[in-house]
Amino acid sequence: MARFIVPLALLAGWWAASASGFIKSYQLASPRDVVRELLDLAQSGLLWRDLGASVERVALGFAIALLCALVLGSLVGGSRFAERALDPTLQGIRAVPSLAWVPLILLWLGIGETAKITLVAIGAFFPIYVALVSGIRGVDRKLVEVGTIFGLSRFALIARVLVPATLPQLLVGARIGLTQAWLFLVAAELLAATNGLGFLLTDGQQTSRTDEILVAILLFAACGKLSESAMRLLEKRLVGWTDTVPA
Amino acid sequence: MSAARIRGLRKAYGAHLVFDGLDLDLARGERVAILGASGCGKSTLLRCIAGLERADAGTIATSGEIGVVFQEPRLFPWLDVERNVAFPARSDAERARVANVLALVGLAHAAKRIPKELSGGMAQRAALARALVRDPALLLLDEPFAALDALRRIELRAAVREILEFTRASAILVTHDVDDALALADRVVVLAGTPAEIAFTAQVGETATRGAILDALGVVEVRSRSVPARSGRHGASYTS
Repeated sequence: MARFIVPLALLAGWWAASASGFIKSYQLASPRDVVRELLDLAQSGLLWRDLGASVERVALGFAIALLCALVLGSLVGGSRFAERALDPTLQGIRAVPSLAWVPLILLWLGIGETAKITLVAIGAFFPIYVALVSGIRGVDRKLVEVGTIFGLSRFALIARVLVPATLPQLLVGARIGLTQAWLFLVAAELLAATNGLGFLLTDGQQTSRTDEILVAILLFAACGKLSESAMRLLEKRLVGWTDTVPA
Repeated sequence: MSAARIRGLRKAYGAHLVFDGLDLDLARGERVAILGASGCGKSTLLRCIAGLERADAGTIATSGEIGVVFQEPRLFPWLDVERNVAFPARSDAERARVANVLALVGLAHAAKRIPKELSGGMAQRAALARALVRDPALLLLDEPFAALDALRRIELRAAVREILEFTRASAILVTHDVDDALALADRVVVLAGTPAEIAFTAQVGETATRGAILDALGVVEVRSRSVPARSGRHGASYTS
């Protein structure tokens, strides 16, 4: 019950401030206006267009990031040579605040879908990559020895010991990566977009529609929360065996 | 035919020479306990036999499957007990043994539990069952009771004793506990020195008595009744 007190109090305060005229609608739309705008957008179909566009960009960018992180992370985690060859470069790139790539990406890829998906992928890649490498490095050597004693082949050792042992870390990295993906989606859609939740934000700003802006913010919050919960559920299902204090 | 035959084993970690020409034989069905001070090379010897360490020189010949139980259970935390025990199985025949070895170690009721739900003693029993599933000719036990409390230790020692009787497997038990050695082994070997050599070897029930083993380990057992009378500052003396 306690978790609902603060949100409900905020909502009541917001409603009271709007209804009494303390806050003007061009500063902050009332809860009623926001709900009406949400219903209008849903009825006109624009909501589904924007939501769909954003979800698609996040899904594609995240999938690309996951794939790249799996390939590069496995290489760097599994081979000292690959680590020496690749890791310093990747760490160097990681040290650049990822949004600093935006101008280059726009110059190279234009303002189309490719640029947005690329930016989302860059944002999601590093948390997954870093978690996977540290997961592989952190695999209990004693468990690997058990596999060795039973004469497991290199492939069997990877499939039956290393992959399951690394999975908890990988999933944590993927969860953080997915959060990052939404973050970078906003940046990408704020720059140049003709649809998407970020487009709702800029459109609301240009037309001074605070209800539209708030609808976009609420939808971002819902999407972020939903994807986070989905990842946590996945973690619980797949790696519930970990003997750690639940986060 | 012997269960294990070690000749001229040489093993060094950097400048530290652990063994330099160690010989050891294990007859089929024989159970040998290896004792020695911490860091003398007991575990290294076991790791060499298990193939986890490469010997620098010498030969180690074993016949048949080897099963290993470590100080920690080393169960795979993502598999339940049954799947952990079935992990090394390569054939249907070996998979069919899983239920048997689980019953043998007294874990039939816990087959579906995952390692984090097991007590230390149960986890070590599961590890023992996993080591038995391929029907090993040679069991290597590396301080298997060291992580257990005194009562679990006594229980598991009795269980291992029964299992060794039942399976007729040869075994090498590395331990620092003389009682473990006397309870489980036919022969006691004491390693000492740098590089480590066999300082003492004797049959249990013959010359491998508690006192002789402790002597070989260089342990001076202080018995309260033989504490010499102490002299106080004023010349008063006490006797116990």
